[in-house]
Amino acid sequence: MKFLVCISNVPDTTTKITFTPDNKEFNKAGVQFVINPWDEYALTRAIELKEAQGGGTVTVLNVGEADTEPNIRKALAIGADDAIRVNAHPKDAFFVAQQIASIAKDGGYDAILMGKESIDYNGFQVHGMVGELLGIPTVAPAMKLDMSGNTATLEREIEGGKEIVEVNTPFVASCQQPMCEPRIPNMRGIMTARTKPLKVVEPTADAARTEVAEYALPPKKQGVKLIPAESAGELIKLLRNEAKVI
Amino acid sequence: MSVLVVVECDGGEVKKSSLEVASYGSQVAQMLGTTATAVAVGEATEANLAKLGEQGISKVLYDAEPRLKDFVNGAYTKLIAAAAQKEESKVIVLANSNIGASVGSRLSMRLQASLATNVVELPKTDGGSFVVKRGAFSGKAFADVKLDGERKIIAVKKNSIEALHEAGKTAQVESFSAQLSDADFADAPKQVIMQDQAGGILLPEADKVVSGGRGMKGPENWHLIEELAKALGAATACSKPVSDVDWRPHHEHVGQTGITVSPNLYIACGISGAIQHLAGVNSSKVIVVINKDPEAPFFKAADYGIVGDVFDVLPKLTQAVKELN
Ligand SMILES: Cc1cc2nc3c(=O)[nH]c(=O)nc-3n(C[C@H](O)[C@H](O)[C@H](O)COP(=O)(O)OP(=O)(O)OC[C@H]3O[C@@H](n4cnc5c(N)ncnc54)[C@H](O)[C@@H]3O)c2cc1C
Repeated sequence: MKFLVCISNVPDTTTKITFTPDNKEFNKAGVQFVINPWDEYALTRAIELKEAQGGGTVTVLNVGEADTEPNIRKALAIGADDAIRVNAHPKDAFFVAQQIASIAKDGGYDAILMGKESIDYNGFQVHGMVGELLGIPTVAPAMKLDMSGNTATLEREIEGGKEIVEVNTPFVASCQQPMCEPRIPNMRGIMTARTKPLKVVEPTADAARTEVAEYALPPKKQGVKLIPAESAGELIKLLRNEAKVI
Repeated sequence: MSVLVVVECDGGEVKKSSLEVASYGSQVAQMLGTTATAVAVGEATEANLAKLGEQGISKVLYDAEPRLKDFVNGAYTKLIAAAAQKEESKVIVLANSNIGASVGSRLSMRLQASLATNVVELPKTDGGSFVVKRGAFSGKAFADVKLDGERKIIAVKKNSIEALHEAGKTAQVESFSAQLSDADFADAPKQVIMQDQAGGILLPEADKVVSGGRGMKGPENWHLIEELAKALGAATACSKPVSDVDWRPHHEHVGQTGITVSPNLYIACGISGAIQHLAGVNSSKVIVVINKDPEAPFFKAADYGIVGDVFDVLPKLTQAVKELN
């Protein structure tokens, strides 16, 4: 089984978000970047399935500039076999999807796995675009993934429930919890990661379709209005008469 | 050249989020000087589809193929693309739901359209392009996204657009066939399992949510959350550690790794307000926090707060809601 796992490089969850003075770019200064938390489910599950089958490969793919390599190495340390970096600034979901599809097209991968969305851009788009470009099914978001021969069984979250879906390989799945318990690298993994192959390729020349004109922070909260616990019922009146939400 | 709106139906009813999407779409149509047509997916009744007139929809296309009752990505994508072609739609509006986002991303490639998800406001038009505001950085920021190109797809975030209600207006329901073949149903679900919903209110659709954290001490105390939720007509939710130890099912867990909700009212009971939790709830309109620790970080994100013991405060709140009704 050959897995292609797409990872993105995102600001650590606890990062305080600020922008460049013109509000056009995220301000990276002093920010710790991590593997997108949702992608960790895709990566770990691919490694688990490979181990369970006693064979196969897990290739990690990132569309990003050279500064993403520490996190690609981290994915290798967690257990991926090799990695590809498409050397480009990920302009938008469409751009990224095209790069992924162009790598996947001739790669013979049985499954292309990725996280549900990235925690910075929150697009939840790339999976479907890749599936459509390759003309293969997409299952998004997937909470469970098992494989037997060339059939994959997935649990797909729908509003208020789930669907059990069976698809044949190759397919694309965007993953979320509770698919598995994401792994962290151990010492041996970190040592071997250094020698695993990381191939850098140039992007296909396609353009983006969207552009961020401006970022903005939400308006500051007025500050909390505290109601004494003894007169808790007052809160309900405020929610009706002042906030008008009940 | 109408604006095409995708409405999701369930058990015969149009979902609340789709009423918002329909309202969004008809307002965009008005801006562009055209009409809004809906294409229905899921199990719908003609009477309910006709009522989409109240949201400004003039026509609804409905394919009664029974296999479309459950979500099938391949078939839904083909159906909506066929409807877009019939209506010569340059703008498609759908919900930022698991269905909407799954289909929207495939459609954007099939129709060569630019796509924005997680959209929270009506677009500003700028010549042929649109600028739409969308949530980014897990609710910690917004991005104004420019959509270029001839075709555009917008996925609207739940509870971010007020649904219109023009009583008495009806839409014309037209049967429509996308000529779907067996191959289009290759990814049809083998089984669909619906969860038990407290009070029948779906958490992702709810406009009020009562949520409990580790401060609730154990599942035996959840009746306090449920009673307040029932009185308010709210859905129930929880923090991650609560679902990790199985006090509550996973599908109630909100936050960065759980469900994202944006209700009008979010009441957090015995939840500290860790950043990962906030990521799933911070775009709620009004946040109420009940916590016995006045230093709990959640108070910083709250509009209203009570420093107190949940076991003492919750029954008082439930009582007050009952008195109000
Ligand atoms: C990668 C990652 C992803 C995560 N994703 C999520 C996520 O999606 N959702 C999520 O919720 N968490 C998530 N977490 C966990 C998060 O960091 C917090 O640990 C979690 O939200 C804390 O849950 P809690 O507030 O219920 O519990 P605690 O932090 O234990 O807080 C309990 C609160 O209850 C209060 N309390 C106790 N007793 C009472 C009482 N009798 N009356 C009133 N108040 C009382 C306490 O003062 C305290 O503030 C994630 C963490 C990581 C590392």
